[in-house]
Amino acid sequence: MRVPVSWLRTLVPDLTASADDIAAALVRVGLEVEQVHRVGHDISGVVVGEVLDVEELAGFKKPIRFCHVSVGDAVHDVVCGATNFAAGDRVAFATPGAVLPGDFRIATRQTYGHTSDGMICSAAELGLSGDPDGILVLPVDSPLGADVVELLALRDEVLDIAVTPDRGYQLSVRGVAREAASAFGLALADPGLAETPSADSDGFVVRVDAPEACDRYVARVVTGLDPAAQSPAWLQRRLTLAGMRPISLAVDVTNTVMLELGQPLHAFDLAALRGAIVVRRAAAGERLVTLDGQDRALDPGDLLITDDSGPIALAGVMGGGPTEVTAATRSLLIESAHFAPLSIARTARRHRLPSEASRRYERGVDPALAAAAAEAAVRLLVTLAGASAGVVTDVDTRAPQPILVLPAAAPGRLAGRDYAPQVVRRRLEDVGCTVAGDDPLAVTPPSWRPDLTGRAELIEEVLRLEGYDTIPVVLPTAPAGRGLSAEQRLRRKASRSVAAAGFVEVVLPPFVSPESLDALGGGMDPPRVLNPLSAQEALLRPTLLPGLLAAVARNVSRGLVDVAVYETGHVFVGPGGTAPPTPGVDGPPTAEQRAALDGALPPQPRHVGVALAGGPASWDAAVGALVELGGALGLTLQPRAVEAGPDLHHPGPYHPGRSAELLLDGGRVGLAGELHPRVCVALGLPARTCAGEANLDALVAAAAAAGPQPAPVVSHFPPASVDVALVVRRNVPAAEVEAALRKGAGELLEAVQLFDVYTGAQVGEGRRSLAYTLRLRAADRTLTDVEVLAARDSAIAEAGRRAGAVLRS
Amino acid sequence: MSGPDLLAPEALERARDEALAAFTAAPTLESLAAARTAHIGDRSAVARARKAIGSLPGTEKADAGKRVNVAASAVQEAFEQRKRALEQERDQRVLLEEAVDVTVLPPRRRGARHPLTTLSERVADVFVAMGWEVAEGPEVEHEWFNFDALNFGGDHPAREMQDTLFVEPAGSGLVLRTHTSPVQVRSMLDRELPIYVICPGRVYRADALDATHSPVFAQVEGLVVDEGITMAHLRGTLDHLAVALFGSVGDGKGIRTRIRPNYFPFTEPSAEMDLQCFACRGASAQPGGEPCRVCSSEGWIEWGGCGMVNPTVLVACGIDPERYSGFAFGMGLDRTLMFRHDLHDIRDIYEGDLRFTSALGSEV
Repeated sequence: MRVPVSWLRTLVPDLTASADDIAAALVRVGLEVEQVHRVGHDISGVVVGEVLDVEELAGFKKPIRFCHVSVGDAVHDVVCGATNFAAGDRVAFATPGAVLPGDFRIATRQTYGHTSDGMICSAAELGLSGDPDGILVLPVDSPLGADVVELLALRDEVLDIAVTPDRGYQLSVRGVAREAASAFGLALADPGLAETPSADSDGFVVRVDAPEACDRYVARVVTGLDPAAQSPAWLQRRLTLAGMRPISLAVDVTNTVMLELGQPLHAFDLAALRGAIVVRRAAAGERLVTLDGQDRALDPGDLLITDDSGPIALAGVMGGGPTEVTAATRSLLIESAHFAPLSIARTARRHRLPSEASRRYERGVDPALAAAAAEAAVRLLVTLAGASAGVVTDVDTRAPQPILVLPAAAPGRLAGRDYAPQVVRRRLEDVGCTVAGDDPLAVTPPSWRPDLTGRAELIEEVLRLEGYDTIPVVLPTAPAGRGLSAEQRLRRKASRSVAAAGFVEVVLPPFVSPESLDALGGGMDPPRVLNPLSAQEALLRPTLLPGLLAAVARNVSRGLVDVAVYETGHVFVGPGGTAPPTPGVDGPPTAEQRAALDGALPPQPRHVGVALAGGPASWDAAVGALVELGGALGLTLQPRAVEAGPDLHHPGPYHPGRSAELLLDGGRVGLAGELHPRVCVALGLPARTCAGEANLDALVAAAAAAGPQPAPVVSHFPPASVDVALVVRRNVPAAEVEAALRKGAGELLEAVQLFDVYTGAQVGEGRRSLAYTLRLRAADRTLTDVEVLAARDSAIAEAGRRAGAVLRS
Repeated sequence: MSGPDLLAPEALERARDEALAAFTAAPTLESLAAARTAHIGDRSAVARARKAIGSLPGTEKADAGKRVNVAASAVQEAFEQRKRALEQERDQRVLLEEAVDVTVLPPRRRGARHPLTTLSERVADVFVAMGWEVAEGPEVEHEWFNFDALNFGGDHPAREMQDTLFVEPAGSGLVLRTHTSPVQVRSMLDRELPIYVICPGRVYRADALDATHSPVFAQVEGLVVDEGITMAHLRGTLDHLAVALFGSVGDGKGIRTRIRPNYFPFTEPSAEMDLQCFACRGASAQPGGEPCRVCSSEGWIEWGGCGMVNPTVLVACGIDPERYSGFAFGMGLDRTLMFRHDLHDIRDIYEGDLRFTSALGSEV
């Protein structure tokens, strides 16, 4: 809402504060004044001049005039291209050295064979709306030499206010003026309280068939309009400053009343109306060509203004073509109505037709204002267009204003400070409430404040007008808390563990393309965003890999050579469920409703993902990072090769021989390794890029469930170390051999370490030798040689049974 | 030389002097070891003199013994001294030879946590230290939690304020949460009263990516529901967080916040919250103050929204508004991060360039 300060002052006559002070005061009570525009402050050196004589210069492509202009104490030679003036006219004359808007400096210059010593200004050149080709002719009594800026009041300030959805009344000069008046403790000259004529029994016939959507409909007939009448300069100037374009007198009048009072008006060409006005919902199949030329199919929810010919306007949104006011219109029917916000909001949205009117109706228009607004428009038309006021119709089915009960101490109780009862009362009266009783107060909100529906809303009015800065500052005391949950602590630890392994955390948007998932093997069915920001990336990620791999590619393309990144975040597995009926908000949802709501959500576990490329990137860094993460949480993640298909197809995007699934207690919780060469090519990644991903929620849940670890018995007796070299078939995983050694060695085994892997002629084709050091120790004694050998032999025997291992000779 | 000759004072002095000379002359530990054999070993003059004591008459034994001991300890001491000297020489030589260029470290990847993560944890810790708890919720959320329960009516224009990303199936009511407030709803439904929770998390809006907007961003919201909770408590909490994140000024007064009336459907009264500019501490807005780039010389920076929990919301969450009141606040973590680190382009946060994270990886 753009409010010219000069306009504001007409409604608060005693308001003398500067525009900046007014803006600051409004901000303090909660209006969002985004900017104070200054207009006319950049004009100087323009004075009233009189055209002494006019000489038409011949021989040019367009009419050019050479004139003498007197400014009282001097006469200037001027060349001018406009023709809409004559000798004796008073004009706005820019003397040499004058400055016009846009830092346009006027100087003496030679043109068309003459010296031009200044410029005769058009309205547009002074920042006013008007004929851009003709100059601005001033009234004959304008004093010669007077400063035009002063004379025309060209200097003004405009407050640009962002209006929140609950404050429809602020979409009017009247509403802002009320706030300014109470902020400065001044009286408001409320134009909404103007006297209005009562309805005529023979008024224009209006029938409201949808009273739930229209509880007030005032219609005024105006006749004898002079079609040639133009909006006067002051009216055009107000509209222009408020951000609207002057169009025609009738339209300008309805707009200016809307801006001042907040009541949208609509003017129908009376001659084009057929029979009575009926306000009703649309019937199936009905259509309307709106003022913008669109032929619209109407929805049964649309509220219409109709006559015998059918729909003539989308109520509160936009009028129709056939009843539009034209240059030939001589009589009008002015509509000043109150429509239900919801109905207008839906229609405006359905037809994508936000308008100045719908914006106001959606946020709530003062239903008490309809008659006063119509009257204001009629008066302007009578004054400016020589029209006559005709019959008055007023269909009024408004419900009485509710009365709200407010304990006098309630505002203080919520603010944490006391307000004197008379302060509470005065502040409520400032916003227009009627207040009865002492304690509790019986408060009737004003008709223009449909947002004042309860105690909290009334309390807010008191608090904001008294100033939020007067509320004390007190830190609340919470009861003793339990700190972070186990899961929260474990997630932090998991993240630190990956960072400690050399990975750099990234935070990536979760939108991915189907192609990026196909490149990783496909087979995923994640939820889709219905209105995605990018049509290509409409899916919610079911895996962290597309983002991480794109981040790797981006870093590499920027010249970084050793890239290792990780992310923890939600992934979205599978589509969401169907819509349960949405519960109401009169109380908490029932258990069944709650289960239905939660059940509709797609599973969205947190994952942890890693990706690395370049330099020393290798499969084991990816697998190792996740195994280490498990270790940090106290979990043993066992890597296992995944069985590849006959075409070396592998679940996921990995190299079939250089990747692993990670098992926790036998169940898969992650995959990691080197990417398949084809994936690297498809995604533009460096060869041998590696990656991995695990279900962080599953890991954290397992770790949290484990509870406190039992302390180990730290033996102070010496260890015994024995080395064993075992020959196994090449495809037997070392992990299997190690597990067998552990089991075979029994409880004396403290640690087992693989220290050599050998393949070659000495062990035979298809075989390899794995050499381990077993460290044995007992808690209560030094082991004897016999015990050590027995454990060793048992370990070797178990490795033989389970992994086909034989002792290397 | 016979035994008694060996014990003659002159002989012992000569033996001692020869030993000392030999040790001094030994250039290496190896030659010193040879000299030791010659002058301290069993066949050395001193050793042989000691053996000869036995053949002396009883009355002379004591004197002779004393002389031998004096000579022997002098020789031994000379040897030890030389040995120490030679060992020191050797050590110095070896240590010099083994010297490395300590500025050459083997390459090692240095990981880092994202500053958004550390900031989020930092904020959570401030509140956990006061006894609050950290609440979490899903990112694909049902509209009932994201809007309805928060007093956004079905066609309330406020729903238009937040450009929502909807999730299929169409009409399912699934959205990418537009704020972390649905976590507040879940907290009120699921937790015992009183409630003191902080809710950090990712949120989504249908905003095109530019220097100051990201369709994905991080928010943190706080919620308190208890008996006797006032707007003064809200102000106290905001000031506390401001000091915890941005420090206090030299005069001992903390950095402050201010609140201005605003509108949110889920709070009433509602307010916009501003942070006193942590760079100029508001000085730039004073007459004659130096201009400040951080706050555009306004002295304050918009930080977030807050207010007293709307009784309608309490009712939807099954809480008696006659007995309980509450406050809530929320701010952008990205925005906070940008303030703290003088960052001017939000895209840097979400682009995944590891130089960005690494540079801020020392944040805790």
